[in-house]
Amino acid sequence: MATIALEGRARMLGDDINTDYIIASTRKRDTLDEHVLKKYLLETVDPAFAASVRAGDIIVAGSNFGCGSAMEIAVTVMLAAGISAVLARSFSRTFYRNAVNNGLLAIECDTTGIVEGDVLSVSGSDDGVVVTDRNRGVSIGAQPLPAMMREILTAGGLVEYIRAGHWSAGRPSA
Amino acid sequence: MTISRPKTISEKILSAKSGTDAHAGDIVVCDVDLVIGTDASSPMAIAYFEKMGGRHLFDPARVVFALDHYAPPSTTKTAAFHDQVRTFARQTGARLFEVGEGISHQIVAEQGRVVPGDLVIGADSHTVTCGALNLFATGVGSSDLAAAMITGRVWLRVPETIRVRLHGRRPRLLAAKDVALAMIAELGAEGANYQTLEFEGPGVAQFTLEERFVFSNLAVESGAKAAIFAPDDALREYLDGRTTNAGAPVRADAGATYAHTVTIDLSALTPRIAVPHSPNDVVAIEQIVGTPVHMVFLGTCTGGRVPDFHEALDVLERAGGQVAPNVQLVVTPASREVYLRLIADGTLGKLAAMGAIVTTPGCGACCGTSGAIPGDGMTVLSTANRNFKARMGNASASIYLASPAACAAAAATGSITDPRTVD
Repeated sequence: MATIALEGRARMLGDDINTDYIIASTRKRDTLDEHVLKKYLLETVDPAFAASVRAGDIIVAGSNFGCGSAMEIAVTVMLAAGISAVLARSFSRTFYRNAVNNGLLAIECDTTGIVEGDVLSVSGSDDGVVVTDRNRGVSIGAQPLPAMMREILTAGGLVEYIRAGHWSAGRPSA
Repeated sequence: MTISRPKTISEKILSAKSGTDAHAGDIVVCDVDLVIGTDASSPMAIAYFEKMGGRHLFDPARVVFALDHYAPPSTTKTAAFHDQVRTFARQTGARLFEVGEGISHQIVAEQGRVVPGDLVIGADSHTVTCGALNLFATGVGSSDLAAAMITGRVWLRVPETIRVRLHGRRPRLLAAKDVALAMIAELGAEGANYQTLEFEGPGVAQFTLEERFVFSNLAVESGAKAAIFAPDDALREYLDGRTTNAGAPVRADAGATYAHTVTIDLSALTPRIAVPHSPNDVVAIEQIVGTPVHMVFLGTCTGGRVPDFHEALDVLERAGGQVAPNVQLVVTPASREVYLRLIADGTLGKLAAMGAIVTTPGCGACCGTSGAIPGDGMTVLSTANRNFKARMGNASASIYLASPAACAAAAATGSITDPRTVD
């Protein structure tokens, strides 16, 4: 996996944040331009949220982040808004796949104790990912990504992975 | 091949599709039997397809698109999404299901395009519905869809399996929806995340194939990756006349490993209702009878099939044959096949005469994309699968989920009503 090193403010959300809350299905009737849709990011949870996002912010959630619809626009809108990573106790499988496929860092870790506005740094390598809450001086170990996801992230996302010719000829070894 | 450990249905299907001896936890790259896109997910998938350098489909006979979420389009933008998908389908040779043909996973099941033993991916989380036909069907996003359109492949982590055991005698007025709501309440919102549900036990035979779709459909509200029934006579009867391809029916091996078992005693269950704003917040309906209802929605891939409307009509007729004043009753068949059968047997005419609004087959009002958006502060009772805040397009509406019979009872009385009390 490519080395990861980023830093951002913690933006706290609760459990079971579904993709309709991230971006409402009714909004994507009008456009699929994530740079337009980003002003509605998480509007159902907090109408003031989108305007308060600063580039590099890190979403910190509880369990089951991204449940519900498999809509991938939920990931691309977060990226357009400047969200650099999502930390959650757990992710819905469809959101997690979509995040990795688009190069959005989704890190499964214990988010207990992190509070709104804490400065978090995330560093990662093949050996694993570590999140540090710099306000509290606490380091949190994170779940490593499955090997296939590391390959896709290393390629730069699923677009680049497929462009590189993976899966196209003969049955690949698993 | 060397002697393998006993396998679950998921392990068997994913072994066959990957050409490996796969067990839970393994990551495998699988050949896909059918790739399904919708008008909501395909515009992005087409963009990914182009960025990935895609020029043609791996097999045009194995890729379908359904125009179901914006049916019919109510804005110029959604009309443009449809034209984009139509053009792509024409250029690549994929099968297109037009506006009015219905919901993607309902159409492919009805038309026998998915058969036992298949691996099916769809860019719609409710693709899991097809698991009732003894196959592995799962939801993906637009980029995974595009990759499969090009390569015919998808990578999957072989899921652990939760066994759902149904037993006990089913009470006469207990709906499949009641049991499925009780199941996802017990599992919780992520209780089956990354896992498959496999249904078994003497209770299974008490549910028709149409009813089993309800279980497989709602399983994703607990995060399930797939939700699979074993083959039996009911499955063979459903497939008969829809396809001559018997597929490769799959049963779990004796001694297969399960994560755990959820046991549901049908005889002890009563009608259920999910309260705002989560499908996993489920109570016995008698706890909230009398709550005023302003809109009732009969439809979707959970509750929009022929028997659902028969059940609803029966309750409405027994309750006096009228929709209560101030209640808007919205009726949306899941597919054109359902629509035509309901016209032919008189059901739709009777519902319309009672005051129902009948809308185009498709996803309808479920996610606020096709008309009938509830007004401010309205309470909605729906046969759908999700009641997230703003799900139907209005954040101030309160959405409850229940069986077609319970929805019809509320339409007749104007408030939440135990369908067992309607006589």
